[in-house]
Amino acid sequence: MMYSLRFAGGFGLLCVQILKELFTPPFYPRLVIQQLFAIGIQSFLLVAVTGLATGSVMALQFGYGLAKFGGTLYVPKIVALTILREMGPVFTSLLLAGRVGSGIAAEVASMKVTQQIDAVRALGTSPIKRIVIPRLLAALIAFPILTLFADYIGLFGAMLVSLHDLDIDTEYFFSKAVESLRMYDLLTGMAKTIVFAFFITVTACWRGLNTQGGTEGVGNTTTWVVVTSSIFIMISDFFLTKLFIATVYPK
Amino acid sequence: MTTTRDDNQMPSSEIALEVRDLHKSFDGKKVHQGVSFRLRKGEILGLFGGSGSGKSVILRSIIGLEKPDRGQILFESQDLTRLKERELMKVRTKIAYVFQNGALFDSFTVEDNLAYPLREHTQLTEKQIHDRVNEMLELIDMKGANLLLPAELSGGMQKRAGLARAIILEPQVILFDEPTAGLDPVNTKRLLENISKLKKKGITGIFVTHDIPAAFEIADRIAILYNGKIAIMDTVESIRNSTDPLVQMFVSGGHITE
Repeated sequence: MMYSLRFAGGFGLLCVQILKELFTPPFYPRLVIQQLFAIGIQSFLLVAVTGLATGSVMALQFGYGLAKFGGTLYVPKIVALTILREMGPVFTSLLLAGRVGSGIAAEVASMKVTQQIDAVRALGTSPIKRIVIPRLLAALIAFPILTLFADYIGLFGAMLVSLHDLDIDTEYFFSKAVESLRMYDLLTGMAKTIVFAFFITVTACWRGLNTQGGTEGVGNTTTWVVVTSSIFIMISDFFLTKLFIATVYPK
Repeated sequence: MTTTRDDNQMPSSEIALEVRDLHKSFDGKKVHQGVSFRLRKGEILGLFGGSGSGKSVILRSIIGLEKPDRGQILFESQDLTRLKERELMKVRTKIAYVFQNGALFDSFTVEDNLAYPLREHTQLTEKQIHDRVNEMLELIDMKGANLLLPAELSGGMQKRAGLARAIILEPQVILFDEPTAGLDPVNTKRLLENISKLKKKGITGIFVTHDIPAAFEIADRIAILYNGKIAIMDTVESIRNSTDPLVQMFVSGGHITE
């Protein structure tokens, strides 16, 4: 309980510090690009494989389940909506919480326990500017793009399975998917990932910057960040969905 | 009974840095209970104390990595304890901290580590930065190590590279945090030679150490931190010849119970 309060306070204070330093020079665009490569480009393969697998399995499961009621032809609509609104954003963010969240946490925590964070400060520079902000900006850019990519590759997987196992031809799948999707389906999914990206990155940086206890501390930090981020994604997804139903989705 | 013989008559123009009545606690444990001393321009002050007595905390407080509970640290007519992080960033280009283990950025090469302060705080071109880095590498006997990563360096080389990075902006005051700890005699000698070269250039510094011979070789005065205060402060010669039991315990390597 005490630690939750400490985390809430520390998270809030770090957000304030980020806001304070985000708009004042010096700026480090090169570090943002480096992080975009580490967080974004290097996550593409993972997201592609998972997206493809998720879309394929969903098409199979819905095809199998709906066949009992003669509803196989609804597979494109259901799968497209589910992927864009839920599976794409949530699965991508969960994967990135594992890959990116743990990576940031381990790196920052290692820097902390080896006094490299102190060195950044002692050399007259800001760890918030050099370490936190580039990772946050890169995550805010990369997460929605990776989600968009996961959505498309998931739909592609579903289309292949529909063609091969459910006898739904590609043209029909495509037309039904496009017909049932609206721009807000895509945008609400991507908006969720922006919230997740913010939480994962700030949490990983906060915990990393407050790591104590040598290599064991680094391990604890990494585990804690992945678990906390995953729980946050699942819980906040519910409330974000409720929010979008109340405000964005048509009644 | 121990005594403090600080030079209270020191003219203010000669004072590089002054610590006044510093108090600091960690989790209720009092580490500093009124630490006070003055650092003269151009001198190196050796700081002795038992393990966990708070020697490094004094250095960390001076550079603003720790916030004291009470007291003042005066540098260039400003109290560093009252400065905000942004204001402290400017001060840190004038006061350098040499970390015990070098604290090099492990994803940077030696060249990038040394170039870091120059890229952040100067308008030098990459060519000028490269030349300056080479100059520093020559000074610390590490010529040609530009492209090595910290993991590829020995402990002694890491410390020397850390020293070079700290002094590359030519700061006014250098804080050495146990620079010879864990080094073999050859590397200790080499590091002390590097510091001696700086001393000849007239640097001001505080040299925290358990290495008594090294401190005697490098320092002009010695301060002993005991029971949260500076218990003794005197010239190296006086400390060397002192019959004070506390000084004897430190100099002869005896155990101090606080």
